[in-house]
Amino acid sequence: MKNYEVSKDGYYGEFGGSYIPEILHKVVYDLQEQYEAIMNSKDFKEEFHALLKDYVGRPSPLYYASRLSEKYGCKIYLKREDLNHTGAHKINNSLGQILLAKRMGKTRIICETGAGQHGVATATACALMNLPCVVYMGATDVERQKPNVERMKMLGATVVPVQSGNKTLKDACNEAIRDWCCNPRDTFYIIGSTMGPHPYPEMVARMQSVISEEIKWQIKEKEGRDYPDYLMACIGGGSNAAGTIYHYKGDERVNIVLAEAGGLGVETGETAASLNIGTVGILHGSKMYVMQTEDGQIIEPYSISAGLDYPGVGPMHCQMFKDGRSKVLPITDQEALDAAFELTKLEGIIPALESAHALALLPRMKDKFKKDDVVVLTVSGRGDKDMQTYLKHIKN
Amino acid sequence: MTRISRLFKEKGKDILSVYFSSGYPTVDSAPRIIKALSDAGVDMIEIGIPFSDPLADGPVIQRSNSIALKNGISQKLLFEQIKDIRKVTDIPLVLMGYINCAMQFGFENLCKKAVEIGIDGIILPDLPVDEYNAEYRPIVEKYGLDFIHLITPETSDERIRKIDEASSGFVYMVSSAGTTGAQNSFGQSKQDYFKRIKAMNLKNPTLVGFGVSNHETFRAAADNSCGAIVGSQFIKELDANPTIEDAVNSLIKKIKG
Repeated sequence: MKNYEVSKDGYYGEFGGSYIPEILHKVVYDLQEQYEAIMNSKDFKEEFHALLKDYVGRPSPLYYASRLSEKYGCKIYLKREDLNHTGAHKINNSLGQILLAKRMGKTRIICETGAGQHGVATATACALMNLPCVVYMGATDVERQKPNVERMKMLGATVVPVQSGNKTLKDACNEAIRDWCCNPRDTFYIIGSTMGPHPYPEMVARMQSVISEEIKWQIKEKEGRDYPDYLMACIGGGSNAAGTIYHYKGDERVNIVLAEAGGLGVETGETAASLNIGTVGILHGSKMYVMQTEDGQIIEPYSISAGLDYPGVGPMHCQMFKDGRSKVLPITDQEALDAAFELTKLEGIIPALESAHALALLPRMKDKFKKDDVVVLTVSGRGDKDMQTYLKHIKN
Repeated sequence: MTRISRLFKEKGKDILSVYFSSGYPTVDSAPRIIKALSDAGVDMIEIGIPFSDPLADGPVIQRSNSIALKNGISQKLLFEQIKDIRKVTDIPLVLMGYINCAMQFGFENLCKKAVEIGIDGIILPDLPVDEYNAEYRPIVEKYGLDFIHLITPETSDERIRKIDEASSGFVYMVSSAGTTGAQNSFGQSKQDYFKRIKAMNLKNPTLVGFGVSNHETFRAAADNSCGAIVGSQFIKELDANPTIEDAVNSLIKKIKG
């Protein structure tokens, strides 16, 4: 457990598992049985790495942010996932899973999306591989992430606005799972985060682990040692966070500090801080910390950031949080906005609202930093999709 | 012998089981719905425990769940409402919900409460048989409840045997790949699947559910099993008729033909 490896039946300690309707048993079991062998095959590795290099543009730069470093009194490196093709880390996972889908003979792709980044990434992968793509997206998110909806449509995907619940990411997941229940034979469900039934949490983490694999040699080049003192990322379902920490899970020299969406503040109830206020429950096929009532009804989350607006967190992160291996701070909407404007002003980088939550960890952690501390912070995506929100707040 | 086993032993065919969402259409509807269904001669009732995120349900039951929760239903309130239900009916009563609600209520607490009231069985469609065997089965057996698992057209013969072994009362045969909700007819491939299961001679009797909405689908189901479960269609009848009793009568007419 020290390295937070998944058990054979899909658990990280007490979290995880595979709580799915019987109709999905076969398709999920097939995936459990096959994904590792496929991912470890030479043929898969070659195709995946070639795409990551020439199509996504990897390795993504590890950029020394000098003005930010000066302000916070340590050495801050930004892992620039925002520079990937399609503008976020999501493409790593979508390409990996679509290669898996093709090898398993699947002919139709579905996915859920919150901010639209995973939807765009999956629609892109589908265009590239010539497979039909249906994206489930909460109707609220369709409204607040319009540019991404237009991109998905241009890429040839069918975007289905989901009208149930708060019409956000959780509801999009429900609807994608229902589609899968109706089409278990031909359809591959590309889940965008480290959530869902086993093997998705581990599979997605592995697809994203290229991030920490690169951090390892990049930081060695720049600092002469292959580990930082701090790793920082934002966390919703947990995919960019998992990718950022994957090769350092068991490395106690590295402090892991993650930002979850505090919304208007955890005390207000208008929040998506699932680790800080959640209790153990089962949602979307996995045992994890969930925001819920005493009766087991899921509480609708709230965050300014569509990508973090989810009432649970992937099982690996739940166990790491429970053990104290990772520190997870709730960041409010306002803190995230301030951090986004600060990065823009100091470094000329407009981050996604999700990534802005991670940047807002810097002022929170400032008193802890020592001058020689090396901090690697993942900028998971770029802010183009959030311009409407930023423009609205810049006036105030 | 449990009420469920007795029903299958004594009647054995054309069994009609009806599902409803507790708390719908009004928060206190459950006792009246149970009485009306029982008075109309329905053989078994599935009392739905609403969940905010019902993955296995289609639009009709999603909506009734969501309205029921807005109405203020909870597991605690439901049990309070039906605590004297055995004074009203003697037909088998089964709880149907999702694992998360059961887990938060406390699974053992749920079983204990069910037995106190006179509930006969539990169905949790998102609790797979392996998890059930590992963690939940000893509790169910301790309280002497029936636990009904689902099988589907995607379930292998080997797994069907395993599910049959873990089930008691009956096995819930999901008609097709999908969520709950109406289908106009059951085509040849579904009937072949029903026949394949029939030929397996399971230790438990089977009922067909998902998509049974009229006489034709009921017959196709009941001819190859012990009967069928109707859910979404009953919710629709509740919406279309002025009273609960009218909804029950209209449903029976449609199903029995």
